[in-house]
Amino acid sequence: MYRLALLMLLGDRSKYLMLVGGLTFSALLMTQQTAVFQGLLSWTTSHLRNMRASVWVVEARVEQVNETKALRDTDVNRVRSVRGVDYAVPMFQGVLKARASDGSDKQIQLIGLHGGSLVGRPPVVLRGRLEDLRLANTVVLDEVSAERLAAGRGRPLDIGDSFEINDREARVVAICRTERHFFGYPYVFCSYDQALQFAPRQRKMLSMILAEPKPGITPEKIAESIRRETGLNAYTTPEFERATNAWIWKNTGIPASFMTTIILGFVVGVAIAGQTFYSFVLENLRHLGALKAMGASNRLLSGMLMFQALTVGLIGYGIGLGLTAVFGLAVLPIGQPPFLLQPSSMVRTLVAILIICTLAALFGIRKVAKLEPAVVFRG
Amino acid sequence: MTLPSESPSIAAPTTTNGIVTRGVVKSFGVGDAKTFALKGADFSASEGELHLVVGPSGCGKTTLLSVIAGTLVWDEGEVEVFGTRLNGLDKGSITEFRRRHIGFIFQQFNLIPTLTLVENVSVPLLLNGVSRREAESRSAELLGRLGLGGRERKRPTQLSGGQQQRVAIARALVHQPRLVICDEPTSALDRETGHQIMDLLAGVARAPGRAVIIVTHDPRTYAYADRLTSMEDGRVSGVRHGAELKEFLSNHR
Repeated sequence: MYRLALLMLLGDRSKYLMLVGGLTFSALLMTQQTAVFQGLLSWTTSHLRNMRASVWVVEARVEQVNETKALRDTDVNRVRSVRGVDYAVPMFQGVLKARASDGSDKQIQLIGLHGGSLVGRPPVVLRGRLEDLRLANTVVLDEVSAERLAAGRGRPLDIGDSFEINDREARVVAICRTERHFFGYPYVFCSYDQALQFAPRQRKMLSMILAEPKPGITPEKIAESIRRETGLNAYTTPEFERATNAWIWKNTGIPASFMTTIILGFVVGVAIAGQTFYSFVLENLRHLGALKAMGASNRLLSGMLMFQALTVGLIGYGIGLGLTAVFGLAVLPIGQPPFLLQPSSMVRTLVAILIICTLAALFGIRKVAKLEPAVVFRG
Repeated sequence: MTLPSESPSIAAPTTTNGIVTRGVVKSFGVGDAKTFALKGADFSASEGELHLVVGPSGCGKTTLLSVIAGTLVWDEGEVEVFGTRLNGLDKGSITEFRRRHIGFIFQQFNLIPTLTLVENVSVPLLLNGVSRREAESRSAELLGRLGLGGRERKRPTQLSGGQQQRVAIARALVHQPRLVICDEPTSALDRETGHQIMDLLAGVARAPGRAVIIVTHDPRTYAYADRLTSMEDGRVSGVRHGAELKEFLSNHR
């Protein structure tokens, strides 16, 4: 009977296409917007993946990773003195101006790493040696900055090329790969001491302290100890990521904007699928009544309607997800808009689509459950 | 199953083991809007006969048919179909009873337009748990015997009204029900096709252990009746069979 239910639906070509189209649109809207939003969120925490550390120590009022409130230089030693800290190193992060090859100014995200340990180094080095950062006036560029700072030059900057940061010469010793930052600034890495020379002088220059716990001590525990003993704020990487995401949700209109579109996708899905499926049920009421008269139970008919709704739902979901993947494949090489399609997002969309289909089927099921089989004798 | 090969003949009921209703009352609506469709209908039909129920519009024919078929819950009275007392059955059991023992032929055929003929005819078998393969094989065979061989994969909309009613008859008979209920089976058909369909139904009714009840407005069908029940104002007003029926028919020619 379930096969016949499917044939009944497939036979009504216009309703079938309308249902699949509506659910595809809904799945596409929900998945694509979620992927763009997740991509955007991942951009906001790209520091955490571009400069890996177990514990991030920041000024007490800092709430998220992109916020900088400078620390005193002595804070590094205060953190080092906390029991259980294996090592702690200073880090500089700031947005500076660099001069591109064509003379134009470009903003860069300058990261100053502890010269001795190079803790916080970028995860992927494509060419060159990171250790050369210990030489004077040297920097490591990510692919975006190598491209962007070469404006008017014809080819990206590479090892051995020079440019200026705040009127000081910077020589490229390596090219690395990083995750794009929320503000879109390209990453330029150098030693901490070098960063202090590139950056305009201020009373306090220390942006963060990167710490590592001794073996056997968890990052959570050491972060707690640092908070308690120094009065500074300390986050593990997952904590900092959650705090940053929470800050974005609380302080920007970005999530609300995306959520509105995602909810709209859901509502459109419910409206189109519900209306179309209900109309399909109404048009087939006489046949459903005949089936009921012939001995089809309410349970069987409800199952048939649910099967029809879920089938179009899964087809729509599949196509919607496929189109989202196509969108992702198209934008990922360009680098924007942000796109991060996570399995959890796909599952959430699937659940939403199943809810839409269930709601759509329920309208029909309610109608069929109330249907008197004797209706087929009433002309 | 036997199918008709000759014109029907008038015959008396062969057995008393048939369909009986006693004092059936059925009302619709509540309060001032309450109207009685059946006001104590006593009806009986037997195996092996073609039973026509006739009467003016609104007299309760279709309501009585719905009660006998177990598709409508009645207020009072008793209904017994081939020894099964429907009063004592719950909704699920009545549904199962219908599924196994009753075949339906509707005025508007009620074939599902998006299914092929063989798929339409298979429905009662599938509902009774027969495998798809066997259901389609049995359905195709029956369609062939009803003169629709070679058209099993066509859709109802590709057929004439008479052919569609043949498909509906096949659907009603494929699971070999004991009772076949027909609601105005000829009203949507031309005269000649109507006669063909009635020939068919009369042949079906003569099969042992089966009864056919037809509700009709169409006087052309009276000649096929083994027994004719007249209804008026929610009650059975008369039953004719045998010589009495012959006389009635001769007066109506």
